[in-house]
Amino acid sequence: MRVQLIAQEVWNGLRRNLSVVVSVVLVTFISLSFVGAAILLQMQINQMKGFWYDRAQVGVYFCGPVDATATCSQTAATAEQVDAVRAVLESGAIAPYVADVEFEDRELAYQHFMEQFGGTSSAEFASPETMNEALWVRPTTPQDADLIREATSALPGVLEVRDQRALLEPIFQVLSTASLAAIGIAVLMLVAAVLLISTTIRLSAFSRKRELGIMRLVGASNRFIQTPFIIEGIVAALVGAVLAAGAVVATVHFLLQGYVAPMLQTIAIVGLDDALVVAPVLLGIGVLFAGVAAAVAIRRYLRI
Amino acid sequence: MIRFDEVSKTYSRKARPALDGVSLEILKGEFVFLVGASGSGKSTLIRMVLREETPSSGEVHVLGQRLKALPNRRVPFFRRNLGVVFQDFRLLGNKTVYENVAFTLQVIGKSRAFISEAVPDVLKIVGLAGKASRLPHELSGGEQQRVAIARAVVNRPPILLADEPTGNLDPSTSAGIMALLARINEGGTTVVMATHEASIVDEMQKRVVELDAGRIMRDEAHGSYRRHLGDDDELAPRALEEETA
Repeated sequence: MRVQLIAQEVWNGLRRNLSVVVSVVLVTFISLSFVGAAILLQMQINQMKGFWYDRAQVGVYFCGPVDATATCSQTAATAEQVDAVRAVLESGAIAPYVADVEFEDRELAYQHFMEQFGGTSSAEFASPETMNEALWVRPTTPQDADLIREATSALPGVLEVRDQRALLEPIFQVLSTASLAAIGIAVLMLVAAVLLISTTIRLSAFSRKRELGIMRLVGASNRFIQTPFIIEGIVAALVGAVLAAGAVVATVHFLLQGYVAPMLQTIAIVGLDDALVVAPVLLGIGVLFAGVAAAVAIRRYLRI
Repeated sequence: MIRFDEVSKTYSRKARPALDGVSLEILKGEFVFLVGASGSGKSTLIRMVLREETPSSGEVHVLGQRLKALPNRRVPFFRRNLGVVFQDFRLLGNKTVYENVAFTLQVIGKSRAFISEAVPDVLKIVGLAGKASRLPHELSGGEQQRVAIARAVVNRPPILLADEPTGNLDPSTSAGIMALLARINEGGTTVVMATHEASIVDEMQKRVVELDAGRIMRDEAHGSYRRHLGDDDELAPRALEEETA
């Protein structure tokens, strides 16, 4: 009986304030879409980090005949020096952090350089002699790169040690900024959504002031009085959240996986499984925020 | 049933207290008229019995409950023991007579079976058995008040409070309402009724409590509306006094 009565009250409330309810749905939809975008961007960053960092190596470059630095004196590193570095990497203290070591001689380096830059102006001046010998070290985990650099950079014959992760940092910086911007907009929109929900509930309560007065008069409990309003807020927000979740899933499925991913085959793009993780989060946020906003808004009408 | 001990109520914005040291005891089964000019404190007194207001000082006991000690959370459950009727009926315009009465029982969680039995019963008592499916605007004022009374007593409360229940009705309709209230009272329900209407009070010959400026001026077991003045215009003498004071 009471369930039916409450359901009827909720339905009446939603119908009576249809235009405001629609605006709640839209604002919730947009704000939660931004929340979803922010979460997906963060997932994308983590996924790319995982993808690239696994492939990122530490390059230990050796002195060439023209290099003059603290560790080089315009003479090319000797084979003994290269072996000494390799010995350090394979020594007991460092070995657990090193997954793989590969030597790249000048010819190979030139070949790789031409593959990458062949046809550009810098290729005209390149020759095997201008290349540096290098040891390519794959760390066991990306964090071990620093350790490898520290262990090798001061050794004789080593020109410099370069961590490829550093090259990726700007990309992640850009993505992080975009994610932060999305979070910022999401927060602003969520504030707007919460305020709109509480206004809607107040309006709905105001239009039912007479009924509320009678309910209080005949001894309806506070919980009974407030439940329809809280459900009303939650239903409106839930519709918006479902739309937002749908938008996120659709964007990932059709835009990212269907259109972007085939173009960028070297980059791992967030997939449908990620979107399906985000969707319930959005629903949860929508329900929680709406419920709290409505409960606070209706408190005034419960004062005895 | 109802006991007031030295109850005063002051509103911060007004200098004069709405109730000023009121002590009053109403027993089970009594029919009590509250009379007095507008602003004399009749409505405040009724609102205190309902615990819509709390006294600034003094104690109100209703049905053995010390209202000051009643937590807000418990107030709705306390109110289920009181029926209330107002001058403006306070019916829900979009609900039928039956639904208006059933609404009370629904919100306090009575079973469907109980409702389908109790509502027709009470509608018969108030004389609206044939009009269960009408909407309030299709009824006369007297009939609307009967619906309100039906709603107030459907839960068989021990106390019925009526704040000017005949204020919007013509004399013959009022007489019908009073007969109904008297019958409810005979069934054992304590009735407290605030009114302006001298003829009703004089006719009924019940207990009369007269309030003036928040104080009890008179409490007679079988009183009439007025002790000193004979004419019908109750507002004029008091209003004049206040203006010249």
